[in-house]
Amino acid sequence: MHVERSVLTTIGAMLVLMTALPWFVGQVSEDVFFEWPFFLEVAIGGLLSGVMYSLVALGFVLIFKASGVFNFAQGAMVLFAALSFVGLKDLGVPLWLCFILTAGIMTLVAMTIERLVLRPLVNQEPIILFMVTIGIAYVLDGLGQMIWGSEVRMLDIGLPQDPSFFFDGKILINQFDMFAALIAGALVAALVIFFQYTKTGRALRAVADDHQAAMSVGIPLQHIWVVVWTVAGLVALVAGIMWGGKLGVQFSLALIALKALPVLILGGFTSIPGAIIGGLIVGAGEKVSEVFLGPLVGGGIEDWFAYMLALVFLVFRPQGLFGEKIIERV
Amino acid sequence: MFYREAGQFKTSYQADQAIFPIRQDLYAYIAFLAVAFIGVPLLASDYFLSTLMLPFLVLALAAIGLNILTGYAGQLSLGTGGFMATGAFAAYKLSTAFPDMHLIIVFLLSGLITAGVGIFFGIPSLRIKGFYLAVATLASQFFLIWMFNKFGWFTNYSASGVISAPPRTVFGDFYITGPQAAPVTKYLFCLSFVVLLALLAKNLTRSNIGRKWMAIRDMDIAAEIIGIPMLKTKLIAFAVSSFYCGIAGAFWAFLYTGSVEPLAFDVNRSFQVLFMIIIGGLGSIMGSFLGAAFMVLLPIFLTNAPHMVGVEISVSTLSHLEAMVFGVLIIFFLIVEPHGLARLWQIFKEKMRLWPFPH
Amino acid sequence: MSTQRTFGEILLKVEDVHLSFGGVKALTNVNFDIRKGEIRAIIGPNGAGKSSMLNVINGFYHPQQGAITYKGVTRSQMKPHEAARQGIARTFQNIALFKGMSTLDNIMTGRLLHMKSGLLSQALYWGKYLREEVAHREKVEEIIDFLEIQAIRKTPVGRLPYGLQKRVELGRALAAEPELLLLDEPMAGMNVEEKEDMSRFIIETNDQLGTTIALIEHDMGVVMDLSDRLVVLDYGRQLADGEPDEVRNNQAVIDAYLGVTE
Repeated sequence: MHVERSVLTTIGAMLVLMTALPWFVGQVSEDVFFEWPFFLEVAIGGLLSGVMYSLVALGFVLIFKASGVFNFAQGAMVLFAALSFVGLKDLGVPLWLCFILTAGIMTLVAMTIERLVLRPLVNQEPIILFMVTIGIAYVLDGLGQMIWGSEVRMLDIGLPQDPSFFFDGKILINQFDMFAALIAGALVAALVIFFQYTKTGRALRAVADDHQAAMSVGIPLQHIWVVVWTVAGLVALVAGIMWGGKLGVQFSLALIALKALPVLILGGFTSIPGAIIGGLIVGAGEKVSEVFLGPLVGGGIEDWFAYMLALVFLVFRPQGLFGEKIIERV
Repeated sequence: MFYREAGQFKTSYQADQAIFPIRQDLYAYIAFLAVAFIGVPLLASDYFLSTLMLPFLVLALAAIGLNILTGYAGQLSLGTGGFMATGAFAAYKLSTAFPDMHLIIVFLLSGLITAGVGIFFGIPSLRIKGFYLAVATLASQFFLIWMFNKFGWFTNYSASGVISAPPRTVFGDFYITGPQAAPVTKYLFCLSFVVLLALLAKNLTRSNIGRKWMAIRDMDIAAEIIGIPMLKTKLIAFAVSSFYCGIAGAFWAFLYTGSVEPLAFDVNRSFQVLFMIIIGGLGSIMGSFLGAAFMVLLPIFLTNAPHMVGVEISVSTLSHLEAMVFGVLIIFFLIVEPHGLARLWQIFKEKMRLWPFPH
Repeated sequence: MSTQRTFGEILLKVEDVHLSFGGVKALTNVNFDIRKGEIRAIIGPNGAGKSSMLNVINGFYHPQQGAITYKGVTRSQMKPHEAARQGIARTFQNIALFKGMSTLDNIMTGRLLHMKSGLLSQALYWGKYLREEVAHREKVEEIIDFLEIQAIRKTPVGRLPYGLQKRVELGRALAAEPELLLLDEPMAGMNVEEKEDMSRFIIETNDQLGTTIALIEHDMGVVMDLSDRLVVLDYGRQLADGEPDEVRNNQAVIDAYLGVTE
């Protein structure tokens, strides 16, 4: 397990890239290329929205590592968490209490899923588990909207929404996105600490390494699953709040979360830094291509860019950027 | 009369290979077809035919298509909607570009065009499988729908993007599409097509290629080692599956809704068809029909059941309830009976063979 | 039984084969041949590289160095399905049957290389294709009779007990009418009676059909009885090659099996 160090390296590299490169380019190369500042603005905007994809992808990776389940319902969990959060908030509950209550709800969801769905399906083929999570996604989508309604709800969590100029007014960056990136960074750091320094975290890493071996030293697998689904639920909650704050809480959040799938393919299903870098690549790639290639074909490239990128990528490197190489045996 | 096979001895392998080796099954099948071809058109109302039977038949056809790819060949696809859209737009372009082309030819050609598109998007399946492939098929789904929305050529530059199927006749002056078409003729046309295609699909799945598909599904490495060419066999599965989905898409647009619109084939359609084969039965042609019937009937049941017990539920709540019920059913079937309704039916028949003597 | 038998020309020759995974050496400098019509055993302790050797022969693994000559054609790379086309069939240590399919269908897959009909005639299931299907079914029924598994013809193999699954797997390999049959621990986990049955099937296959057989087996009694010649591997190295009596008295082999360090 080298996750911790590589995560820190990744975050560091991210921060350096996000600050140094534009600064450098802004200082030196104003006339290197006519539209450099505009390109940078688009790319940075893309990177920042990519952080949001990473947030969703992170939840997938956690569950996949610990239980081998490809959790299609992560997007639905984002929507469900966001709906519950905004629903409670609209009832007049203070923000901090909303957060705690929704965290409780997500824990309950995790326990229910483990008890009713995962436990009867132990040792089933991965593809069956994948399809079952599509079922879970539908239940959560339906349930969330049935309880809290399906109209779009604004969610103001007190972050600044206006774009502001950086680097001598050359580059326009959305402040909200920057805060979102900071929060995402903090979340990853918290996860690293959790995995690295707590007893449960160590057990989780053991399970991720080898189910059988972990069980044989007395780590209760089912308990671990509840924990990891809960953690994924909390990650979904953070993602839901951020996405909801950006776009309003609505059903389309579940569809945005679908974009986390190509992110995972790029990054590899088992790698946390992979999820982050995959998100950044998808975010920046789709924004840049939309702005610079979109006009050539009438726009809308964003709809499919991520999937096509993943498709092409898969053909050349099926295990993703950071995933482990698959060796087939007979 | 009892459901028994006692006394029916097979004297040739050919008889043993028949689709319905048990005579009672064959009789039941013939009776069922008679009801579908004669009884339903005589008794059913236009409303029943066009809002229940047509979507049922079209969805069943799409389900057969996906079942060939996912249930038999084991390649999970979330791109069914995109392939159906391809069939619908191919049929539209063909029938407007060549107004004299016979409608049956139009449908078959649009199936073939979709098969070509399916082969293209099936190429990555050589290197990737399982949920990786599912994500890759999402690429085809989103790309195809985007393409049909974006380029005016596909809609003959119609301003709204929603276009109607042009009126066409078959066998003299029976209108099959367009406003003059009677639901009964549409139904009979669709039914004949679907029954025929279902029979061909059944044959494929019980012949050499079907065994190759199932071998790849059950254990791809072993399949390769006993000499099954991977890429070719998978691509054939993609082609045949897309052919069926394409024709289903063309039927959806031309026979059922009468208009060609990309929205009808979005990613939710892909999930819907996947749900049908999970509930109906993975790897079963009959399951495709059962799943489609279930998919058409459940919303009607959910709409009417609360009425009957005097509870009023709003339309939006109802759609959420529907999503939940489907989700729960998917989970239920995958846990309890991964082979779906078709397997439950088989178990029922096995019980019936012995009934009323349990041992 | 190995005394009075004579064998034809060399069917398969393994020369100087090296195979490694990353830094792990699975096979080092392996040389032996298989003659037409013989039963050739590959033995050795666990992890000696026996299965890897079979995997190299049928093209699933590609050796980094060395050559395989099969029916006079030398090659270093071959795809598994090409090997199957050339008449190499095999069974697996951990049964690799198609679990969702019936016994009959599993064995029918062994015939697929001999079936020629196109997609359309299969869809019609009539005339030419129907005759082809029935003809191959007859072949398969012969194998089913030979292996005495008539009763489980229509049972999905996933529900069969282990011993029967091994038999069905042998049936699938036989259905391909191979020239060279590779058997990877055909008797692992079987009781004495099942082993006797399996030995009988192997001998009869070799006797009546003239199929050349290369087999991996741990049960020394069985191996010494069945095989004409043996090759012994240990840690990927070749310890010995020869007739059962020679190998039995080879000091290096005795050391390897009894765990004596050099």
